[in-house]
Amino acid sequence: MESNGNKHPALLRVEGLGYQVDGQVLLSDINFEITAGERIAIFGPSGAGKSTLIRLMNRLDEPSSGTVYLEGQDYRQISPRKLRRRLGMVMQQPNLFPGSVAENIRFGPTAQGERLDDERLRELLLGVDLEGFADRDVSKLSGGEAQRVNLARTLANKPEVLLLDEPTSSLDQAAKQEVEETILSVLESGEVTCILVSHDRTQVMRMTDRVLSLKDGRLIADGPAEEVLNAQSMD
Amino acid sequence: MLSRWIDNQILLGAAQAGVTMAAALIVVALTIRLRLGLKKDILVGLGRGLVQIVAVGFLLTLIFSADLWISIPIILVMIITAGFITVQRIKAIPNALWISLAGISAGAGSVILIMTLLGVIKQDLTSIIPIGSMMVYGAMNANALMLERFHSELVSHGGQVEAGLALGASPEEVVGPYARRAVTAAMIPNINGLQSLGIVWIPGAMSGMLLSGENPAYAGFYQFVVSGSIFVTVGITVIISIVLVRKQVFSKAEQLLIHSEENQ
Repeated sequence: MESNGNKHPALLRVEGLGYQVDGQVLLSDINFEITAGERIAIFGPSGAGKSTLIRLMNRLDEPSSGTVYLEGQDYRQISPRKLRRRLGMVMQQPNLFPGSVAENIRFGPTAQGERLDDERLRELLLGVDLEGFADRDVSKLSGGEAQRVNLARTLANKPEVLLLDEPTSSLDQAAKQEVEETILSVLESGEVTCILVSHDRTQVMRMTDRVLSLKDGRLIADGPAEEVLNAQSMD
Repeated sequence: MLSRWIDNQILLGAAQAGVTMAAALIVVALTIRLRLGLKKDILVGLGRGLVQIVAVGFLLTLIFSADLWISIPIILVMIITAGFITVQRIKAIPNALWISLAGISAGAGSVILIMTLLGVIKQDLTSIIPIGSMMVYGAMNANALMLERFHSELVSHGGQVEAGLALGASPEEVVGPYARRAVTAAMIPNINGLQSLGIVWIPGAMSGMLLSGENPAYAGFYQFVVSGSIFVTVGITVIISIVLVRKQVFSKAEQLLIHSEENQ
């Protein structure tokens, strides 16, 4: 496996991470580090374990072996709620809650007993190019709009790391492009670290600098995006 | 007509049951003709129902001559059986049996005890056992409805539940809307029953009192006592059960343990 020789202290360190269900190994001995501000992709074919890995990082599932260190601290020692706010996840499906766009975006801060003021709400909506959508009922949104609300809802928690689980895979081409552009503009305007799960080679090239390639639940390559993807296209 | 030919009360009952069974067999024949695939279930249900209720009838003639304390183990057996019946259809919820036993015991047990001690239910076996059984039965049905609905809500809204968890919300908060729906669904039949009492239907207790020649006005009051007590039982049961089951569907690390089969 190619390695990525980072010299900066790791924001996230994944160590020996494995996951199995009913004896079936879905992920095995995954090791890598991520420094603050990096944009990496978890790339691979369907069934490679990409979504499983990102769910483990958000601790929506419990690793069967290994762990993740966030700024040197074993993530099992951080309360799940705090951890999930720090590692914000955008799922493949928007899974918006019934109600308005504003109610959805305020959900995370409200859950921690904070109030998201109108100015911050407006900023978040502006950031995902949905200014004026605050009172819109989420059932009236298009797929692309719903996914951008999903992104804003996650960003409302001010996460240090953004975990994007195939955020455009359920969208048509036009919506995919608008969501992708929104994510890129969000990443460029802030200092959030990003981990993108994708099986789309061109999307990975456009959005990330480094690629972790998975196959059959194992990490088979870790390096600069172009290098890893080119090496794989020659296999 | 039958009573003119048969003097013995037990034989008369058997003949009346025979006529009812014949009518039920006509329905069985219709279901066979319509290919509803219910033949076995109905026949087993009719057979079991007849044998069980007649056996209980004979048993009650013995029990009613016993001391009052015998009602305690009888009600306990009813509660335990109700717990096992509830979980037959709800195997996917961890510890569903213990949740059901706790809910039904708290609901039916407490209401039967308090109502009996207060004298609202007559302190004799002929009142405690049949009225207690109605409360256990009501609690069992409501508990099963609530657990089944809660499970199906989690399966169909697992994405939203996990989205809420991923945003740092507590498990109680993310399942709140689904828990409320499950409790509402479980209580609606009982609320409808109260609203329609006396207009749409005259329930068993009042019917029994009228058949045995009690004053209809007193029978009306007493029917409200029974229906109201069942409502209280149902309310306590589903509230205790939902509080307990909410915790069972998450791991210690606040991960949802119930997923739809295609997401597993």
